[in-house]
Amino acid sequence: MKKYSVEIFDRVNIILGDGRAYTGIILPRPRHGDPNSIILKLDNGYNVGFSVDERTKIELIEKMPEPKLAEVIKPKISPGLPMIMMLGTGGTIASRIDYRSGAVYSFFTAEEIYSMIPELIEIANVDTETVFSIFSEDMTPQNWTVIAEKVYQHLKKGDYTGIVIAHGTDTMGYTAAALSFAVRNLPYPVILVGAQRSSDRPSTDTIENVIAAVTTAAYAPFAEVAVVMHGSMSDDFCLAHRGTKVRKCHTSRRDAFRTINGDPLAIIRRRQIKMLTDDYLPRDPDRTPVLENSFEDKVILLKFYPGMKEEIIELLVDAGYRGIVLEGTGLGHVRNELISVISKAVKDGVAFVMTSQCIWGRINMNVYSTGVDLLKAGVIPGEDMLPETAFVKLSWILAKTDDLDEVRKLMLTNIAGEINYHSNAKYYPEVYPHGRT
Amino acid sequence: MEGRRVKIKCGIEFHQMLNTKNKLFCNCPTILRKDDPDIIFKRKLRPTRSELGEVDPAALFEFKKGYTYVYEAYSDTTCLVEMDEEPPHDLNREALEISLMIALMLNSRPVDEVFVMRKIVIDGSNTTGFQRTALISTGGQISVDGKTIRIQTICLEEDAARKISENAKTKEIIYRLDRLGIPLIEIATAPDIESPEEAEKVAYKIGQLLRITGRVKRGLGTIRQDLNISVEGGARVEIKGVQKIELIKLVIANEIQRQLNLLKIRDELEKRGLKLEEIRNEFVDVTEVFTNTSSKMIKKALSRGGKVLALKLPKFKGLIGREIQPGRRLGTEFADRARYWGGVGGIIHSDELPGYGIGESTVQRIREILNCKDLDAFVIVADSKDKCIAALEAVAERAREAVEGVPNETRAANPDGTTRYSRPMPGKARMYPETDIRPIRLSPEFLDKVRRNLPEMPEQKLDKFIRIYGLNETLAKQMLNSYHLDIFEYIVEKIGVSATLVANTLENIMKSLRREGYPIENIKDEKIIELFKHIKSENIAKEAIPEILAFLSQNPDASIEEALDKLGLRGLSPEELEKIVEEVLQNNKQLIASKGERAMGAIMGDVMKIVRGKIDGRTVSEVVRVKLKSFLDDIEATS
Repeated sequence: MKKYSVEIFDRVNIILGDGRAYTGIILPRPRHGDPNSIILKLDNGYNVGFSVDERTKIELIEKMPEPKLAEVIKPKISPGLPMIMMLGTGGTIASRIDYRSGAVYSFFTAEEIYSMIPELIEIANVDTETVFSIFSEDMTPQNWTVIAEKVYQHLKKGDYTGIVIAHGTDTMGYTAAALSFAVRNLPYPVILVGAQRSSDRPSTDTIENVIAAVTTAAYAPFAEVAVVMHGSMSDDFCLAHRGTKVRKCHTSRRDAFRTINGDPLAIIRRRQIKMLTDDYLPRDPDRTPVLENSFEDKVILLKFYPGMKEEIIELLVDAGYRGIVLEGTGLGHVRNELISVISKAVKDGVAFVMTSQCIWGRINMNVYSTGVDLLKAGVIPGEDMLPETAFVKLSWILAKTDDLDEVRKLMLTNIAGEINYHSNAKYYPEVYPHGRT
Repeated sequence: MEGRRVKIKCGIEFHQMLNTKNKLFCNCPTILRKDDPDIIFKRKLRPTRSELGEVDPAALFEFKKGYTYVYEAYSDTTCLVEMDEEPPHDLNREALEISLMIALMLNSRPVDEVFVMRKIVIDGSNTTGFQRTALISTGGQISVDGKTIRIQTICLEEDAARKISENAKTKEIIYRLDRLGIPLIEIATAPDIESPEEAEKVAYKIGQLLRITGRVKRGLGTIRQDLNISVEGGARVEIKGVQKIELIKLVIANEIQRQLNLLKIRDELEKRGLKLEEIRNEFVDVTEVFTNTSSKMIKKALSRGGKVLALKLPKFKGLIGREIQPGRRLGTEFADRARYWGGVGGIIHSDELPGYGIGESTVQRIREILNCKDLDAFVIVADSKDKCIAALEAVAERAREAVEGVPNETRAANPDGTTRYSRPMPGKARMYPETDIRPIRLSPEFLDKVRRNLPEMPEQKLDKFIRIYGLNETLAKQMLNSYHLDIFEYIVEKIGVSATLVANTLENIMKSLRREGYPIENIKDEKIIELFKHIKSENIAKEAIPEILAFLSQNPDASIEEALDKLGLRGLSPEELEKIVEEVLQNNKQLIASKGERAMGAIMGDVMKIVRGKIDGRTVSEVVRVKLKSFLDDIEATS
């Protein structure tokens, strides 16, 4: 490009060696792009790519100014409406593409949110704060600690009567569980929200999700950590799922989030909230939140597979892992050959928790001899806890104690709604004729 | 029409469905369905801001209408991709190959790297709120009667969902997803076309070229033409959705007439000295004038708490009622705009009053209230106040455009060849990259492969039809333009039936059946192929073809076997034929005795009456000849 003394965003004529000629604006090459090619935005709006060689001629027509985003104005505070703090952490919900470069950048100001969703003016006064701007797959337990601290501070100061956290959807379930343990005794709801279709598309689910999330944060009768996302393929209603019971169950659908082994907390339709359970912590401005936001990072979530070797567990113990959440088969099993190494590790102080890769249902290790032997070896049965939640919970417990008896006691105590003792038949979704009318 | 020749510039955009196995961005089949859908879901769409913070005005307006889109889908032939519940898969290679093939046939030059774009369309016809489209080549030309018509661009894009119905009351539009995602090739010519006749020729030529690939879909709705027309002194007007090629000429002629008439109105307004600023957005509430009105329309609006608002249009008297297209007046254009922007049922203008239950005295009262002078006209609208204001704002805007001449707008073709206002020209702020699909490099090797597999060009085909297939020139030309071109070649080459018989069947027999009122469009290609297989194996005589096709047009799902049974056309075995011939001979003993071998004609006639269509005529004549001879021998022997 230097050779032709033209720059990105210049409007040019390009004449290729074989005689083809085009007029358009030079666009930046995406990452992994072919260095010998040039991308033009033609005057009709289409992008096209060309290979350049020594015969290529490029003539500058004009320099284009850098694009400027139009200014947006934050609306005035509406007295009488609840004050809501919206924390940004990144993800699809807060990302927008720069249409000239093709790069995705994050935006997260109240101005942007209001300009995208003017309906919020009628629902609440929303302030925003960007905590970080990362994809949810890059989220770590250290990030949970930071978010929990933010939530706690805002709730303790009492300036806000509800918190909304915009989060990438991939690990939103983990963060929801982490916050459920890290900030307890909540006075107000803490709502995580995301988008399965990015905000820069006309069909984005961001709008419905954020409206429902802000509505829930501002008006829901419960004071728990919950995920609010689409409840169906339609832009019709959203569901609030308890933070310790929610799981992303589909790679791409709007209604990817499900409450596993429990009822969703509430349904939000046209800004009306209807509770779906009586079993919740009610909203109470007088309650003082409790912060315990440390997580042990020498904890692993290990999925058992046929033929898994003893050395896997030995390697983990040698590497200093203090907690292993097993995602076993069926009612909570791993192969017989692993029992002795597990037993040895427990004696060395490593905590083992059993969950099931079936996702739905409860662990029961008394039915088969392998289960009984695993229990004897010291494995803690994880009840109907999600493997992800058990992983987060064990990380949280091990940051507090290394006494295995204490670990067992806490793991089996229902701290944040992570254990449901009622195995309701309707919790397991009927698959067929699902989605049909 | 004007007597003199008007200078026009016209370009055509062709949108042709490709006959690929799968859709452009998923593995669903490319079929349209008539049965009931088993999935229904509802969505909202909203405009997104471009990188410059701009929102496309057309998109914004669609959004403000507050519509909910109801999507109907089939769980077995549509998937999460059409439902916008899963990212698009890779661009369909078959579709890319076909479109590059067509591009090369038009001498268009492919780009080196194809980028899929999102063209924002938020009328609900795309679940995503955008249509995915990719430019694959630029340049090229075709020659029509020795004149070169340039090609500007060739794009590959996804078709939109089918609109099933619209309910203004519930503000819902129902779309069906079977069509969404079917690959379309879009070919845009330069504005080189200078007459309606030339446009028609270009359309036929491109249509022929598309069909000759054998890789495009056929039938109504599988090709749509958009026209860009500007008359000298007028403006560029885009006319969308001309579905029938036969309409192109008429639509263009009507558009020329419309633009010329609008220019005349402009000249007249100028002569009357109208200044733009005289048309003001001042809407006067004249509801009280209609307290005891006998106009049903206004009564109805008032009974629902509506108002009647009036807009004065200075110096427009006589011009609003002037016809600018057959059956359409300047007032019709005002009404189109009022309906689109205001959502009202229509407008009433002073050029059509007294009328509609509105008497002269009411007209006078309104003229007084508006302070109308002689040449002034007015428009009234009856509806809720907000709608009246939006409607009259749109009318005032359109009236101002009349002062300028021809507005730059997108229009839609009516079935009668006239056009109606559709929407403002979309802004440039609506083309964004599709970030879910990686760009596709067109390697020289890939293009070479496409080039090596190009179909014969029309000229080569014509030559082949005449010299190798042995068709006469008329039939060969007919076949080249035939809807059935691809199965014609298949039947001749793969089944090996006489080309003349196949061509006659597909062109002449089909046409005469259509004239007789048979719905021949119902006949499926597979059935025609099947029929010729039976002809080839001499199960069916060629005389039976019209009858069988007629039956198939009315029973499209029936098999050929069923047709034969129902029509009593089961082929005869040689033994059965011999038996019939013998019976006929017996019945005509007297005749044969008197005429001898000269009875052949009469006997043949009688036999054919019984066996026509069941067995080949030549076989019959052979059997009759032999049997007659031995019959005569017997008579001689016994006498």
